[in-house]
Amino acid sequence: MRLFSGSAMADWLTPDQWSAVALSLKVSFWATALSLPFGVGVAYLLARHEFWGKQALNGLVHLPLILPPVVTGYLLLLVFGRRGPVGEFLEQAFGLVFAFRWTGAALAAAVMAFPLMVRAIRLAIEAVDPKLEQAAATLGASRVWVFATVTLPLILPGIIAGAILAFAKAMGEFGATITFVSNIPGQTQTLPSAIYSFLQVPGGDFQAMQLVLIAVLIAFLALFLSEWVGRSVARRIAGS
Amino acid sequence: MSLSVRFTHCFRDFSLDVAFEAPPGVTALFGRSGSGKTSVVNAVAGLLKPSTGRVQLDETVLFDSNCRLSVPVHRRRLGYVFQEGRLFPHLSVRQNLLYGRWFARDGSGVGFDHVVEMLGVGDLLARQPARLSGGEKQRVAIGRALLANPRLLLMDEPLASLDEERKAEILPYLERLREETDIPILYVSHSMAEVARLATTLVLMEKGRVVRAGPAADMLSDPENVPALGVRSAGASLHATVAAQEEDGLTRLEASAGPLFLPRVEAPVGTRLSIRILAHDVILSRSRPEGLSALNVLPATVTAVRLGDGPGAIIQLKAGDDLLLARITRRSALALALEPGADCFAVLKTVAVAQSNVGGLG
Repeated sequence: MRLFSGSAMADWLTPDQWSAVALSLKVSFWATALSLPFGVGVAYLLARHEFWGKQALNGLVHLPLILPPVVTGYLLLLVFGRRGPVGEFLEQAFGLVFAFRWTGAALAAAVMAFPLMVRAIRLAIEAVDPKLEQAAATLGASRVWVFATVTLPLILPGIIAGAILAFAKAMGEFGATITFVSNIPGQTQTLPSAIYSFLQVPGGDFQAMQLVLIAVLIAFLALFLSEWVGRSVARRIAGS
Repeated sequence: MSLSVRFTHCFRDFSLDVAFEAPPGVTALFGRSGSGKTSVVNAVAGLLKPSTGRVQLDETVLFDSNCRLSVPVHRRRLGYVFQEGRLFPHLSVRQNLLYGRWFARDGSGVGFDHVVEMLGVGDLLARQPARLSGGEKQRVAIGRALLANPRLLLMDEPLASLDEERKAEILPYLERLREETDIPILYVSHSMAEVARLATTLVLMEKGRVVRAGPAADMLSDPENVPALGVRSAGASLHATVAAQEEDGLTRLEASAGPLFLPRVEAPVGTRLSIRILAHDVILSRSRPEGLSALNVLPATVTAVRLGDGPGAIIQLKAGDDLLLARITRRSALALALEPGADCFAVLKTVAVAQSNVGGLG
């Protein structure tokens, strides 16, 4: 276990490797955390409402799942790049720059992970009996309260599953990230980019393998965590 | 409080056109499944927006298509007890009960302890709904609706998903509800036995229309309503007071027309009861019968006769202050010359009265 305590970890890995792992965790965390409210909102809209353009929204959300990641990355560069319409506005208005920054890596990861997150949450919402929501309304709860006190607690396992799925996807995102923010060690070099780089230089196999090991470990941890949380929430609902 | 409902609504293959008034007490919407009863309740609750019409509770207009007014469901302050309970699975029984209280604007209304005591759910408070029996779930659902401090209670077949035993367990609670609160209740059912026990007003529905409506006692004892109510379940209710618990397992009651013996009714002496007597359980005789096994012989006068299309006839009788229905053959009706005004004796087998047809009375 000493292997994984803080300082030993730092000794075990080179600074570049270490920064790639840390950056990937940071990027994935923010990508997941910031897209989660949108994920819940979009999933709720798709699951519970009929509106004009619903199919278009559904298609847009799922686009990153079907498009080649490189294409998604390039589109992000066109829109959110420093000369892109949205990118230029965000830089002037808030000083927020995406292109070739870690924030851009987070944006790319969020966009790529979004369809998975929305699917998991949408399934959970569709499993909630609308009759329960009606019952809550007859008891005096407005739409917002019905959502907060009935829908949300019941879909919590789905939200957790969606979040962890999105986190795992963000950890592994490569194509869109490298296209949008490149592969700058210490700045935009995430775990998969680092593995890719190590495999490009002779004798880098061992370092690549170390990172692969860490990636596998994180993936397993995420999986166990989601199983455990999901089961404990389900148990609480079933009342044992 | 009284509720006034008048609306039309078109579904794909079915249209509703109803109008009725629900005075205080229990108003039962009775009809076959598919006659539109649930849609009426949903329209009152706001879960269904009718095409045209108006729903009004006292001075408060809940829905009016002319003014394009529809109070949102959560602002109507009606308690709705659904057929399947619909308890929140992630909340404990206590939290379920208190859910509506959260949103009730004023703290007045029925007290938590009173409702818990009245419905006998005190031992269940810490449990999750998944661990309740069907009957317990419905009692909690009723309590939850009551504690939301409603101006009107809507009950959509609250007993339909339960077996006979559970029904018998809940019916007394509903009777207590009728007697102990002054909240009007709109009660949907396709069970004549439930309606006869609970209803003070009866609204008969058929194919999306209101066929007849009026005070339940009058409606149930009117021979003209028998075809709509169902010949097999036709019957009127007799009011009686428990006079004595006899040693041989019988209970002696005092009705206005004379003494009445029933299989043991677990109620203290002096209790007022309403006993539903099915029309096909009544035998008529022009002279006082002798040497008969039936214990109950009540003197009565024929008040109305309805000859059916088939071999049957329905005779309405006045026995003391109560109205009775008897279903006999046309042949007997003619042979005995049973016409309005004729005196006769209504014979009733003691054991024919089912326990479930004996209800409390306030």
